[in-house]
Amino acid sequence: MSLDAPAGHIGFVLNGDALTVPASPTARLSDVLREAAGARDVKVGCNAGDCGACTVLIDGAPVCACLTAAGQAQGREVETQAGLVARDATAERLAHAFQRHQAAQCGICTPGMMVSAVALLRSGAALTEDSVADALGGVLCRCTGYRKIIAAVLDVAGKDAAGEDAGTGDGVGAPIPRLDGWAKVSGTERFGDDVAPSGALLCRVIRSPHHRATFLFGDLEAFRAENGLALILTAADVPGRNCYGVIPGFEDQPLYAEAETRFRGEPVAAVIGTAEALDAMPAFPVDWVEMPSVLTPEGADSAALLHDTRAGNVMSRGRVARGDAGAGLARAAHVVSGAFSTGFIEHAYIEPEAASARRVGDRIEVQCCTQAPYMNRDGLAGLLGLAPDRVRILPTATGGGFGSKLDLNAQPHVALAAWLLGQPVRIAYSRTESIASSTKRHPSQIRMEIGADADGKLTAMRFDGVFNTGAYASWGPTVATRVPIHASGPYVVPDYEAKSAGIHTNTAPSGAFRGFGVPQSAVAQEQLFDMLAEKLGMDRLDFRRRNVLRNGDATVCGQVFDSGMGIDACFDALTPHWDAALAGAAAFNARSTTRKRGVGVAGGWYGCGNTAMANPSTIRAGITPGGVLKLHQGAVDIGQGSNTVIAQIFAQALGVPVSAVELVGADTDVTPDAGKTSASRQTFISGNAARLCGQALRAKILRLANVGDGATLTLGAGEIVLTDKGIERRIPLSGEGYAIEAVESYDPPTKPLDENGQGSPYAIFGTAAQMCEVEVDMDLGTVKLLRFVAAHDVGKAINPLLVEGQIEGGIAQGIGLALMEEFLPGRTENLHDYLIPTIGDVPPIESLIIESGDPHGPYGAKGLGEHCLIPTAPAILNAIAHASGVRIHHLPATPDRVRAAILSRTE
Amino acid sequence: MSLHRPESLEDALALLERGATVLAGGTDVFPALRDAPARGDMVDVTGIPGLRGIARIGDGWQIGAATTWTDIVRAELPPLFDGLKAAAREVGSVQIQNAGTVAGNLCNASPAADGLPPLLALGAEVVLHGPVGRRVLPLAEFVTGVRRTALEPAEIVVALHVPDGPGRGVFLKLGARRYLVISIAMVAVVVEAEAGRIRRAALAVGACSAVARRLPGLEAALTGAAAAEVAAIVAATDLPELAPIDDVRASAGYRLDAARTLLSRAILTAMEVPHVA
Repeated sequence: MSLDAPAGHIGFVLNGDALTVPASPTARLSDVLREAAGARDVKVGCNAGDCGACTVLIDGAPVCACLTAAGQAQGREVETQAGLVARDATAERLAHAFQRHQAAQCGICTPGMMVSAVALLRSGAALTEDSVADALGGVLCRCTGYRKIIAAVLDVAGKDAAGEDAGTGDGVGAPIPRLDGWAKVSGTERFGDDVAPSGALLCRVIRSPHHRATFLFGDLEAFRAENGLALILTAADVPGRNCYGVIPGFEDQPLYAEAETRFRGEPVAAVIGTAEALDAMPAFPVDWVEMPSVLTPEGADSAALLHDTRAGNVMSRGRVARGDAGAGLARAAHVVSGAFSTGFIEHAYIEPEAASARRVGDRIEVQCCTQAPYMNRDGLAGLLGLAPDRVRILPTATGGGFGSKLDLNAQPHVALAAWLLGQPVRIAYSRTESIASSTKRHPSQIRMEIGADADGKLTAMRFDGVFNTGAYASWGPTVATRVPIHASGPYVVPDYEAKSAGIHTNTAPSGAFRGFGVPQSAVAQEQLFDMLAEKLGMDRLDFRRRNVLRNGDATVCGQVFDSGMGIDACFDALTPHWDAALAGAAAFNARSTTRKRGVGVAGGWYGCGNTAMANPSTIRAGITPGGVLKLHQGAVDIGQGSNTVIAQIFAQALGVPVSAVELVGADTDVTPDAGKTSASRQTFISGNAARLCGQALRAKILRLANVGDGATLTLGAGEIVLTDKGIERRIPLSGEGYAIEAVESYDPPTKPLDENGQGSPYAIFGTAAQMCEVEVDMDLGTVKLLRFVAAHDVGKAINPLLVEGQIEGGIAQGIGLALMEEFLPGRTENLHDYLIPTIGDVPPIESLIIESGDPHGPYGAKGLGEHCLIPTAPAILNAIAHASGVRIHHLPATPDRVRAAILSRTE
Repeated sequence: MSLHRPESLEDALALLERGATVLAGGTDVFPALRDAPARGDMVDVTGIPGLRGIARIGDGWQIGAATTWTDIVRAELPPLFDGLKAAAREVGSVQIQNAGTVAGNLCNASPAADGLPPLLALGAEVVLHGPVGRRVLPLAEFVTGVRRTALEPAEIVVALHVPDGPGRGVFLKLGARRYLVISIAMVAVVVEAEAGRIRRAALAVGACSAVARRLPGLEAALTGAAAAEVAAIVAATDLPELAPIDDVRASAGYRLDAARTLLSRAILTAMEVPHVA
């Protein structure tokens, strides 16, 4: 076939179709496929070959499209995920296997995973876990923990369960495929940058290259005119208040810095123009004067104030005290203490932040990946000086969030530009600016003392945690509040004092990240538990079991749960695995000197929803005159599964199959506020709103038909058919909009905390216990993870497969926290220096789902998103200590640190 | 911003004399752009006949400059090349191995280039073509520093030459995760053993100096050693060639310590009599 293309064009075969597109031959093939050929199933995650999201097949071989010159595709055959699934029977079977196993969570890595897997499947190579891992090792995933991806590829020849769409048994408790899954596995899902309108102008943000600097602009208007730019934005152009944030009273972040930048990566300006104009633009006219900066809490108390009103650079403090910690430690038979630290952790979702905006009359519409559409709406309204109802947020699919996509990021730049220009504007962050500017997990420095009596009962704890909250508050106050409440772990501690402080430094803001500081405190507390058990000569699991919170016990906040405290069941479930693993490690170590095996265990807990404050969700549903049931589902699904879970709960409450429910996606004009996807709250809080909404709709229908509670309900064309005790009744549907509808809200019951942190901060705590087996290479300090067993009390698993997906994904992030991840400002701003686990770094995980119910949860369900990673890092660190005899206090436990600890012990 | 795809070496060299950038697999050229568009012309050398593939030539093996790492993995080669093959599987990912080339890895001259230690241990020579014609350099003289090579303007690598011989290659890479990882340290060895003793050992270490280095002192000290003596000799011998640094991946002291452990392990593995299935 001749594919000689005219000048300025590239000709190739894309998914079976010959096409010629205008393109620079030295452009990245990924950009040409997305922008010129319309193949937006090709995702761009790093532009450096580090993430594999852009993997395509060229003449059958998987390559990174971001590293291929478009001209190198001239005359060749290019295949992408969407084309493969549509045209190739093997790829289609693989898509079904991905759906069956829920191998896609957010779905942003799915194109790279599936394209790589198709190449393996076509090769005819034997399918083993190792061969799958080797083939998919070049694609990073941040959601799934990879286990279900491996399982799906190995099960490509399997069959979908018969009848799963037949309308039976798909309600609460059924492991149905994700309702939004097919788009993700077939290449039609649309993420933040995938929906950008054609012809939109591009926006690029100008950021501080220094940790702290003053700056002076050149002649911006002359620069704009000379370079054919449409607009330059600076602080002077912000029509509203140039200040935003997420917590009332802590709004402190400018959209564009005014006199001084406070962290490397902070915006000072944005340029808007065509792609050609931005590509040709010379250096932006700004002169920087670097200023002294402080990057860690040490010295921050005497450094220049980042915010005038925050003396000593202290953002906020938290404290919980119960009994007399000093007296409790004094009466203990054994006391252990230690200092522990963790570094900045980057969320590293594979989808960088992206948004596009257009002005519609006197309103602004923003499409973006997000975890919090209503908070984004209100934040944008403040910056733009508009009433909130003049801002519309249309969330796209979100390629991972984990806390960082709660905050405004890319949206204000395009919203402001589109507002001023009256034409659409788009932006997609580069990986470097995403890592440099987005919020992080707080680095922690923790000192903790724990005492126990001679019988191994805890007497007291004293905890002091200092958290580097970066340049702006973001969710720092939440971390400062939450940590003292949770630092005890799910255990009975009679005498307790925990203090926390969030300290400002000249680094990227620390914000929300899965667990809000609790994973950091668990690293200290659960490691000290092992040290205490050792002093007591007790089995480490027995020691924990002896101290667990049970129903009727008071937490460190004095809160007493009469039911739903299931941590004892979690540890019980681990016991047989624990005993077997200990015996296995001992047998292995008897015959191995260089490699030593160990077993570690840790518990964790997490209160679902906001801490001691209102936190409502609202869900709306209606039935059209044509008999279509629509669920306005505003609980944003960032991969965790709320689209499926909320629908399952709603359908169960209404008494219809899930297949009868049509989802109306999140959109602030259309879906009521279901709050933010954060704090493990959607299943619990929005789930309750969905349950109430389903029940209310059912009650209305039953009343109309005048039938009893037990009636079955079937939606027909233009009518609802009800059957009760053999009698059939039909309700004709009519009217404008919805014939029948219901809107219900739920707000969890909590009580404010007093000055000692005593009260009822959460209506529900979820609990978990995880066990890990490791092998340490004593000569190299490398740690090989062999297996996890994870017992999680989720109250009731609405969808057990989604529960497993959360557990596996949380464990993968916990592995990263324990062994490899640390963001160093200015040094690890890419995905080859900032390492997250690959498919070869997550061992088999056995999930033990405990369903102890909960009086507040919908059908007894609790949240679990955060819980999954809280015990992981300490379980690994405890296993390393068991294997090697050395305890790692300062994370991550990289090979050099483990080896150094081994050497210092033997010296 | 043109992309030239010459079909002869002469055409490629003529284009390079006009200042174009060499493009092969793109796995280093594009990351180096960061997120900026390409500026200037590129010459794609992957279409030049004879530049890709592995062939037995005379008393050795010729590896074409545009040979990909996947080509190396799939090639039928004697045990001498086992280390190079193992390294090929560790270059980035399958995606990188399918595109990235052997010569590109050398020309990029990263201290952590996975290809360099095994090729040093193999005694590879680099065949260059440029305005002044053809010249051949030992690999150790070709890579001269961090991101620096002996390439003259408008000169390109056309092939590597590896002398044939007995012995078995082994490569070990140490990183902080399983895939897609930049080495903390790596070693490549080629060991020829006879009656349980080392007859000749060629050893190279990467990521522990500005450029991966052979270890002639240790190679000499190991000559005649039995397997049981290897670890002690490796531990006791000074390694003046190595000058590791502290960076985000590891400390200098750890690198040196790990390099010795990896060397012992690689040498012992290479000395094992391979199982014949």
